Amino acid sequence: MSLRPATAEPRWLRTLLLAVTLLFLAAFLVTPLVAVFTEALRKGAGAYFAGFHDPAVRAAIRLTLLTAVIAVPVNVVFGLAAAWAVAKFEFPGKSLLTTLIDLPLAVSPVVSGLIYVLVFGLNGWLGPWLKAHDLQVIFAVPGIVLATVFVTLPFVARELIPLMQEQGTEDEESALTLGASGWQTFWRVTLPNVRWALLYGVILCNARAMGEFGAVSVVSGHIRGKTNTVPLQVEILYNEYNFVAAFAVASLLAMLALVTLAAKSFIEWRMTSAPASPAVPGDPT
Amino acid sequence: MRLPRRQHSVLPGFGLTLGFAVVYLSLVALIPMCALFLRARGLGWGGFWSTVTEPRVLAACRLSFGAAFIGASLNAVFGFVVAWTLVRYRFFGRRFIDAIIDLPFALPTAVSGIALTTIYAPNGWLGRALEPLGIKAVFTPLGVVIALTFIGLPFVVRTLQPALEDLEADVEEAAASLGASRTQTFRRVIFPAIIPSLLTGFALAFARALGEYGSVVFISGNLPGKTEIAPLLIVTQLEQYDYAGATAIAVLLLVISFAMLLVINALQRWSGRRHLRGV
Repeated sequence: MSLRPATAEPRWLRTLLLAVTLLFLAAFLVTPLVAVFTEALRKGAGAYFAGFHDPAVRAAIRLTLLTAVIAVPVNVVFGLAAAWAVAKFEFPGKSLLTTLIDLPLAVSPVVSGLIYVLVFGLNGWLGPWLKAHDLQVIFAVPGIVLATVFVTLPFVARELIPLMQEQGTEDEESALTLGASGWQTFWRVTLPNVRWALLYGVILCNARAMGEFGAVSVVSGHIRGKTNTVPLQVEILYNEYNFVAAFAVASLLAMLALVTLAAKSFIEWRMTSAPASPAVPGDPT
Repeated sequence: MRLPRRQHSVLPGFGLTLGFAVVYLSLVALIPMCALFLRARGLGWGGFWSTVTEPRVLAACRLSFGAAFIGASLNAVFGFVVAWTLVRYRFFGRRFIDAIIDLPFALPTAVSGIALTTIYAPNGWLGRALEPLGIKAVFTPLGVVIALTFIGLPFVVRTLQPALEDLEADVEEAAASLGASRTQTFRRVIFPAIIPSLLTGFALAFARALGEYGSVVFISGNLPGKTEIAPLLIVTQLEQYDYAGATAIAVLLLVISFAMLLVINALQRWSGRRHLRGV
């Protein structure tokens, strides 16, 4: 008889837990993913690619790319600024600021869209002014970009803040003492120190920017070929019972999700296997 | 008069970065949110209350809360099993499984929505298995629960994993050498240590599920009073130009989101970790 360590579960229990895990994940995670590709290819490769010849689909892809190209860099700048202020300085209201940065994650996507309708919509605060100047935000591209910027606002900041807090200010102080300017310190010291976390934040931010549905749906107005992003185009095709095309377009987003997950795993591996900063002499840890 | 306390730092850029962050946050998030509250004030308390207590609104809120609670509870149970297996056991494909846990975050909600609907439809892969049992998932509250469980899983697993990894082996060894059975060790040593993280994960999953829209609208069928969730009701009222109704429900959801955020912050302080990777 083999002895099992006192701190391990009996074999039958281990097998049971493993089986529950695998079955649960297979049913809940793997099946939906496989279903997207199976449904997209149900009528063969020809039907699959035919979906992408639709001008409305192409317009949706262009709009989604445009939205991400604006929303991600803007939130990178915000994330770096917020992380610099929060991580390198002490000031009153700091924890309030970090809580507010997380707010868009807690708000329902639908509410995120609604707040912009209430500001920029015809009945909104700025509605009459915008109309007088012949500008349109809601049911137009600017509204879609704004709603996307809102929902993706936290992603870069919340990856950078904890890391930069952990790294402290010693590296930057040394650089400044050695005569580097503030910008040089930022570009040559801070940015290389946080590059993997920054990339991580960018990837999550981009995935959300390209995939956002609820918030964008509220502000878009669903004008075919004009204000439909890729997820909204998926909805329209699906509701028209054009299932093959809907899943074909959805498969693009699913591939984006897979690339995101792969990149995420790679960066996590890089971050954990990166050489730790040398221990401070006399520091017991 | 004293200036606000600020640690003397040789680093430059405090005013610039803080100023930019605060202005940006205000323009993008805080001022639009104020618009919502001001609009709600225009309704008056009476108007707000009569909107929120309409039977259709009440039914939608009941479904949203109930399904989010059931979904988060299911995730607490299965998420715990998944996290335990991933942290404690070594098996083939573990790294792959660990990576796909985040799929519900990465997959756009509209895609999850149509995929889940297809799978659980009566002729779908899993719906076919449920049909002989007389269980209908698509266009029923069960469908809502399924979507919300899907969306919430990573929250529980990702909060529990670091907590389980941090458990010191010698504490369990000590318990065992003092004569505790494995069950006793689990109940008295392991469980109390991870309960803050489990509750945090539950709260995160619940908060996310309350506001979820994309993955639910396809599978729920959106029957008013039956399978209509609160966020969808906001969209419906907006489409009918009922701004007052949409605003009232949105304020309700937003206040609950604020409250959940505070609860989650308190729970994270209790469990001693603020940062949650990948959420």
